[in-house]
Amino acid sequence: MSTISPPQPAPVRHTPLKLTVSRSRADRVYRRVTWVAAVSTFIILVLIGVFLYLRARPAFEHMGYWGFLTTQVWNLSGPHPTFGVGSALVGSIILAVIALIIAVPVSICTALFINEYAPRKLFGFLPLKGLLTSMVDLMAAIPSVIYGLWGFFVLQSSMKGLSRWLSDHMSFVPGFKVQTPVYTSSLLIAGTLVGIMIMPIITALCREVFSLTPNGEREGALSLGASRARVIRDVVFPFSKGGMIGAIMLGLGRALGEAIAVSIIISLTFSAPNHLLQPGGNSIPALIADRFGSGGKLGAAGLLAAGLVLFIMTLMVNLVAANIVARQAKKRA
Amino acid sequence: MTTLDSVPLETGENPAGDGSGIPPAPPRPRTLSYKPIRPRDFKPSDVGLLLAAAAAAFSIIWIVFDQLTLLSGEFGFVVCWAAVFLLLYWFVNFQLYGRHVAIDRFLGALVTFGALCMMTPLVLLVVYVFVKGWPLLSWNRFVQTQQGVGPLSPASKGGFAHAIVGTLEQVALAAIMGIPIALLTAVFLNEVGGKITGAIRVVVTAMSGTPAILAGVFIYSIWVLTVKEYSGFAASMALAILLLPTVTRGTEEVLRIVHNDLREASAALGAPEWRTVWSVVLPTARSGLVTSILLGIAVSIGETAPLIMTVFGAQVMNANPFRNPQAALPLVVYQEIKLPQASAVALGYTASLVLFILVFTIFVLARILGSNWLQGVARGRSKSDGNDASDIEEDLMSTVLAPAMSMDRGDDRP
Repeated sequence: MSTISPPQPAPVRHTPLKLTVSRSRADRVYRRVTWVAAVSTFIILVLIGVFLYLRARPAFEHMGYWGFLTTQVWNLSGPHPTFGVGSALVGSIILAVIALIIAVPVSICTALFINEYAPRKLFGFLPLKGLLTSMVDLMAAIPSVIYGLWGFFVLQSSMKGLSRWLSDHMSFVPGFKVQTPVYTSSLLIAGTLVGIMIMPIITALCREVFSLTPNGEREGALSLGASRARVIRDVVFPFSKGGMIGAIMLGLGRALGEAIAVSIIISLTFSAPNHLLQPGGNSIPALIADRFGSGGKLGAAGLLAAGLVLFIMTLMVNLVAANIVARQAKKRA
Repeated sequence: MTTLDSVPLETGENPAGDGSGIPPAPPRPRTLSYKPIRPRDFKPSDVGLLLAAAAAAFSIIWIVFDQLTLLSGEFGFVVCWAAVFLLLYWFVNFQLYGRHVAIDRFLGALVTFGALCMMTPLVLLVVYVFVKGWPLLSWNRFVQTQQGVGPLSPASKGGFAHAIVGTLEQVALAAIMGIPIALLTAVFLNEVGGKITGAIRVVVTAMSGTPAILAGVFIYSIWVLTVKEYSGFAASMALAILLLPTVTRGTEEVLRIVHNDLREASAALGAPEWRTVWSVVLPTARSGLVTSILLGIAVSIGETAPLIMTVFGAQVMNANPFRNPQAALPLVVYQEIKLPQASAVALGYTASLVLFILVFTIFVLARILGSNWLQGVARGRSKSDGNDASDIEEDLMSTVLAPAMSMDRGDDRP
């Protein structure tokens, strides 16, 4: 440190040069129009919530919010109508859990098969990989009413044996106890059908996630002598954990919202479901599809209130899932 | 892992680092003392192993399942067979090749079984719809309506001409309303961007999972309760809401694949942003756009849940989508198959067959167009063979450069 301080240079303000982008009028209009379109998607979502709430208010005023959520019966006749989504809410969740138990292992296996195991050309001519991908997409495009038709006439009868076996040998599991040996129209069958219906979406998303595994890591593991099983366990799964959870949650959202197929299979009962193998069960979307047009003004408001509950439930699940998927995509990019 | 663990390797002598100054002898190539077994290798004897394990598992299950425990049902049989087969297959491979190969083969078999499990319902469903619907299909179905069809009518009476008209009108209106918004949203997400891009993308993904029935309930609460009338238009609004996120996501993915070079070239030539999108990005992605739009339409044709509370269904022809209840193909299936009458169930089966064929045709059309487009992109990417890459460049020349060049020529004229 010298005693004479060097002359201080005059402080210079470093202000970055402002870049102004001047867009033509047409470009500004173009940007504004696309912006409006993008925001309108958001507005539709908000409007759904707002209008369902406005139209459902009479039902909430009649039953109270907590009362509507917990009341199990749906009784609109008589001087004192009582109704609520208590049983439907529980039924929806049970259905979704059964559907996930069936769909998740099969979907992950299929996604792995398409991505890791399927030869590009089977026997030299059959494009197995492309064919399977197309079939999965086709499964997603098949109307739910056709699934319902098939489930009602085919799946139902072919699952009788399984239901009987479960009730005979596994009756210690809660829900598997059967009073009268009738095994149709049950939550298990509806849940299985919904599971089949959500398989394609989970498979497609998982496949996408698996295919994003960085090739360098994959090849590194292979060159160290890892088998395909080890590559899947130590490279593919760790990289796609988040994406898989997102895919499963999007499948859960679909399972919670499936109306037509469930309402074809199940016979609605309004009590807390205590059995999975016997006829009877309930779910919010099936309730709406089944009871629509009955019960007058209050009934309609009640169904809209049920719709609002379903909307909030699926929106939360889907938003969390979409967030996970988006974050995963960003991490890759 | 399998081979390198304990295999002695004949390494070349490498006396580097001893400081003697003698140049090291060129290393001999490494050779393994025996041929490695790679898990991927699948020799004819392995095929035999696979078949033998399958046959053995089948025999065991047949004895245990059918003869000893007197169980029944194809479903349980197949599941038990698969489980025993997987165990046997793992064990045999473990004995012959060791742990790593066994685990790999086991996982391969398990994953293949999972894929089969997934494809089985699809095949069964398609076969079922055809077997049940085909014999009952006749020309009458396409020209008649359900007018005057009572509970005692024969199964061959009645048709769904009114439902086909209704479905086509509703889906067309939905496409007219939904697709422009979807395309603009996708353009915003991919080309314009802004602070809200991430949020909109999340909202679109979440909306694509919104239950179909909620779209119907929403339109019911906002439109049907207001104008106090069911109509095809109400249904098409509900379908548009369902179509919107599907097409947006598909389109965005397609736009993302378009080369940035093309955008930059267009911008460098002085084209305004809207011109770049309109004349370069969208035309390049043309057939991909068609694919995503068609897939969206294919899905929305089959939606049933929103129709219940918007079109309500009808027995007679109503060609006006803006007034009075209409019929729709999925709704006919839904309403008829639960009825006990033979005529109703027959109508439901044939309607479901027609619905399936409709969806399948659109789906296949979308795939064919999409695959052509994908090949085009692949060709465009490989810049090495300039012959094909010039395709897109030519496109660019004719769309963007043409006005500019003609202007030049005009200036040069003396």
